[in-house]
Amino acid sequence: MSRLIYLDNAATTQVAPEALDAMLPYFTEYYGNPSAIYGFAGKAKGAVEEARRILAEGIGAKPEEIYFTGSGSESDNWALKAAAEAYAAGGKHIITTKIEHHAVLHTAEYLEKNGFEVTYLDVDEKGIVSPDAVKAAIRPGTILISVMMANNEIGTVEPIREIGAAAKEHGILFHTDAVQAFGHLPIDVEEMNIDLLSASAHKLNGPKGVGLLYIRQGLKLRAFLHGGAQERRRRAGTHNTPGIAGFGKAAELAFRNMEQRAAYETKLRDYLIGRVLTEIPYTRLNGDRENRLPGNASFCFRFIEGESLLILLDQNGICASSGSACTSGSLDPSHVLLAIGLPHEIAHGSLRISLSEKTTKEEIDYTVDKIKEIVERLRNMSPLYEDFVKKSDGKDREAG
Amino acid sequence: MYSEKVMDHFNHPRNVGELEQPSGVGTVGNAKCGDIMRIYLDIDDAGVIREAKFKTFGCGAAVATSSMATELVKGKTVREALQVTNQAVMEALDGLPPAKVHCSLLAEEAIHAALWDYAEKNGIQIEGLKKPVTDIEEKEEAEEY
Repeated sequence: MSRLIYLDNAATTQVAPEALDAMLPYFTEYYGNPSAIYGFAGKAKGAVEEARRILAEGIGAKPEEIYFTGSGSESDNWALKAAAEAYAAGGKHIITTKIEHHAVLHTAEYLEKNGFEVTYLDVDEKGIVSPDAVKAAIRPGTILISVMMANNEIGTVEPIREIGAAAKEHGILFHTDAVQAFGHLPIDVEEMNIDLLSASAHKLNGPKGVGLLYIRQGLKLRAFLHGGAQERRRRAGTHNTPGIAGFGKAAELAFRNMEQRAAYETKLRDYLIGRVLTEIPYTRLNGDRENRLPGNASFCFRFIEGESLLILLDQNGICASSGSACTSGSLDPSHVLLAIGLPHEIAHGSLRISLSEKTTKEEIDYTVDKIKEIVERLRNMSPLYEDFVKKSDGKDREAG
Repeated sequence: MYSEKVMDHFNHPRNVGELEQPSGVGTVGNAKCGDIMRIYLDIDDAGVIREAKFKTFGCGAAVATSSMATELVKGKTVREALQVTNQAVMEALDGLPPAKVHCSLLAEEAIHAALWDYAEKNGIQIEGLKKPVTDIEEKEEAEEY
C-alpha cells in the first residue's frame, strides 16, 4: 500500500504528540498510585487533578463534577442505569431517541427489561430531534431525558440547549452523549442545562480507554464500580494516570484550537460534499447540510453496497466507514439511516468520511476521484442499477 | 477477514455482465438484507451451460460467491449444475466468515432460479429442482434525489 489516508476520525483519532508527551512520564517515572499517601504518588495525583480541572473548565463545570471512566460507553451505561435507579421513586419513564449510539440504546433496552418504560423519539429526515417532540413526550413519571449532542454517523448536531431547557422546566434529569461533540463543538453545561454528559478521550486526539462522565453536583447517583475510594467513591479502580493525563492535554489543545480547527474542517468538508454531490449521480448527503459536525460527511450512493465500497477504498489506502449491514454483522443497515427515513437498499450504500485537522485538500481530491471510480465500477455490476437504467430507457422511449 | 480467493474473486470478478438472450435468468435476495444476485445462463440443446454471467448488489462475499458460482457451473450439464451447492461454492473460495455464509446460499439459489426459469421457458422439468423460494421483492421505485 503506497499511502494511507485516514478518514475515519469519528471512529478514533491519532494521539496528539503533546498528549503522548504528557502521558509518558506516568508509565515509568511517576508510576505511583495516585491514591497513595506518600510523596512519590503526588505527581500522579497532581496529573489526574490537573486533567480534571482542564476538562471541567472546558465545559463550564466544576472539577469535582468530572468523573473519569474507561470509555464513553461506560459513561453512557453509568449515567442511564444509575439515574434510572436513583430516581425510580419519582417514576419509571425515560425519553431518548432512535438515533442514539448503541451504548445508550442497548442500555435503555436493558432498563426496559427491568421495569422502566422508554420512549424512543423519531427524528426528521435530517436527523434532528425536535424539542417540541421531547416536550410532548414528557409525562408524570418521566425521570430522565437522554439525547446525544451530535450523531456519530450522520453528523447532525442536536438542539441540546432547547432540549435542556425543556428538561429543566419540568425538573427532569438531562443526559447527553457528547462523545462526538466534546472538544469539537462549544459546550457549556450551565447554559445548556446538562445534568449528565458523556465524553471520550480518543475522539479528540487523546488515548483510547479513558472517558468521563460529568455529573452535576448534588445528583444522587450510585457508584458504578464498587471497591475503592477513587472518584469520590463512585467509580472504583486505580486511576489510569497516563490516560487521564493524555485526555487532559488533548482536551486542552482541542478547547484552545476549537474555532480554527472547526473552521478548517468545515471548509474542507463542504468542499468534499460539494464535489461528491456534483460529480457522482444518484448520491445523497445524510444529515443536515449546515448543522453538522465540522469533520463529518455521510453519503449514500444508490445501487451499491457499502462494504464493497469500503474494501475497494481500503485497497487504495483510504480508511473510511459505513453504516451498512455487512460491516456490523447484522443484516439490517444502520438504525440511524433507517430512522431518517431511508429505504433499506439506499441505507446499505452508505459511506462516512470523517476528517481531522490534518486532512489535506489533496487527500480529499484523491479520495473523491477514487470514490467516483469505485462507485461506477460497483454500479456496473449491480442488478439494481441495471434495472434502473433499463427502466429509465423505457421511460425515455415512451416519452419520445 | 476474507480468504485470498475471496479477495481475488471480489477484485477480479469473473463473468460480470448480462446475456442478451439468456436461456434462463434468476434473481434472488432482496435489497432489504443488502444482497441481490442475478445470474444469466446460456444453455445449449444438449443441456450444457455454455455461458454464465452475473450482476450482484452486495458485500465482498456476495460478489465473490456470484463470481465463483458462475465459474463452477460453466461447462456443466443442467443436472451437474444442481450439484453446485453453497458448500461447494464456499469450499472453492477457501471458506467464508460465518456472517457471510448466507451469501453462498444466495449464489446457490441464484443458479437454481436461473435453471428454473430455463425449465419454465422450455416446458421441461429438471429432476431435483424446486421452485426457488427467495425472490426479489417487488418494491416501489425509490424516491428520486
